[in-house]
Amino acid sequence: MFYRSLFPRDLVSELDRLQREMQQAYEFSPSIRGLARGGFPAMNVGNTPHSVEIYAFAPGIDPATIDVQLEKGVLTIAGERASVLPPQDANATVHIDERFSGRFRRVVTLPDDADPNAVSAKYRDGVLHVSVQRRQAAQPRRISIE
Amino acid sequence: MNDNTNVTRKPETPASDMALMPPVDVIEDAGGITLYADLPGVPKDRLSLLVEGDTLTIEGEVSLVAPEGMESVHAEVSLPRYRRVFKLSKELDANKVSAEFNQGALKLRIPKAEHAQPRKIEIAVA
Repeated sequence: MFYRSLFPRDLVSELDRLQREMQQAYEFSPSIRGLARGGFPAMNVGNTPHSVEIYAFAPGIDPATIDVQLEKGVLTIAGERASVLPPQDANATVHIDERFSGRFRRVVTLPDDADPNAVSAKYRDGVLHVSVQRRQAAQPRRISIE
Repeated sequence: MNDNTNVTRKPETPASDMALMPPVDVIEDAGGITLYADLPGVPKDRLSLLVEGDTLTIEGEVSLVAPEGMESVHAEVSLPRYRRVFKLSKELDANKVSAEFNQGALKLRIPKAEHAQPRKIEIAVA
């Protein structure tokens, strides 16, 4: 992985990582964008019949600097998080250094029925919530029998 | 797979008590320790900072706005809670901890006690 894990010493996620690496080793055709999990920001994705909900856990960032793009069915979330670590010559000691810093970019492939013209994004409590509506035609419809 | 094997038996910890470990940065300078922690999704009123004796506990509950009927298909933040516990050393002044919490990022400043502040020792030349 290029990014450190978001929850480095969490046993569950460590086991998860191990399982992922095993899967990667055994899978014949892994995704061209690499592993689906891990990296910064961490992501949760949910579905409703009307929308796709994406949550990106990117704390402590000015929302104006987050770049959200939707192009050809691929949602990209990119930005940068400044490091809080003191410069090398400062008279300070870094005891633990786990938080992500630097540039980040994550992509999510959206389902075919996602409507690129009906996207909303909110940033609250350090979570970017992107909601993409599905096209009307794709929504399940009950067909009445005459 | 058999559900009754030891391997699949439920862990001792109840599911409601399991928590993710938030990543932290800890930096020490002459005046004290600064701790940064990432707790995305935790509103200010769901964050709890507790100093008990020499133990510092950071705990936060995740609260996300989800539309009705949402079905999770992929979850990296898989538990709705963060928790992390630190032992403070005795030269730190636990009564003077100050905290800032902004957009899921916590910054804690724990100053060193007055008597533990560094002092330059003059060397007398005989």
